[in-house]
Amino acid sequence: MAWIIQRATAIYLGLFLGYLLIHFTLAPPADHAALRAWVTQPLVSAGLLLFLPVLLAHAWVGIRDVLIDYVHTLGARVALLTLFAFAFLASGLWALKAIIAAGLGA
Amino acid sequence: MQTTRPVFLDLWRIKLPATGIVSILHRISGVLMVLAIPAAAVLFHQALSGPDGFAAAAGFLASWPVRLALLVLAWGLLHHLFAGVRYLLLDLGIGLERAAARQSAWTAIVAALAVLVVLAVNLGVTL
Repeated sequence: MAWIIQRATAIYLGLFLGYLLIHFTLAPPADHAALRAWVTQPLVSAGLLLFLPVLLAHAWVGIRDVLIDYVHTLGARVALLTLFAFAFLASGLWALKAIIAAGLGA
Repeated sequence: MQTTRPVFLDLWRIKLPATGIVSILHRISGVLMVLAIPAAAVLFHQALSGPDGFAAAAGFLASWPVRLALLVLAWGLLHHLFAGVRYLLLDLGIGLERAAARQSAWTAIVAALAVLVVLAVNLGVTL
């Protein structure tokens, strides 16, 4: 299951990050208004909203693989997995709040 | 642990092939990006919060230590991207022969560095 999640998320991440890299290289937002205008375009908003859980799922499976390989003490492994899970959730929700606030015109 | 598996530990003759280098760099670049996730979320939120927040985030990103970290992260993203495409192709059974696998490994390493140079020059011009 983790194997297929990692590959399915990789395809979306590869495409979306390719778009982000090209967009921010060719047309980086000059100020807050430009950034907000970009984020609130419907396609960009939708792309970003999907990007957050997909990225965090990919990051979670990846860091889980690394911790399973290198951290053999069960307690330390569980503690680190919990720490990363909470940090990912907080980061994702914080970014989500920014996208929603921008969409509401805040 | 008892084992009958052959053990080869002649350090002068052990050499990590390009495929192994791509593999460990894929792992290192992934961990670096994972560690950057909270900071990225905070900066994204700050830049979207208003003109003052945008200026603060831009100012933070413009400092030299941060730009160096961004350069490392940009390399990490590019390497992870190219190596990831290579792994997806390998999963599809493309390029599994040893010579092809080593060739594509070098291609991933070099492509990431080449695009990084293009990005760095581009950003150096705009900043």
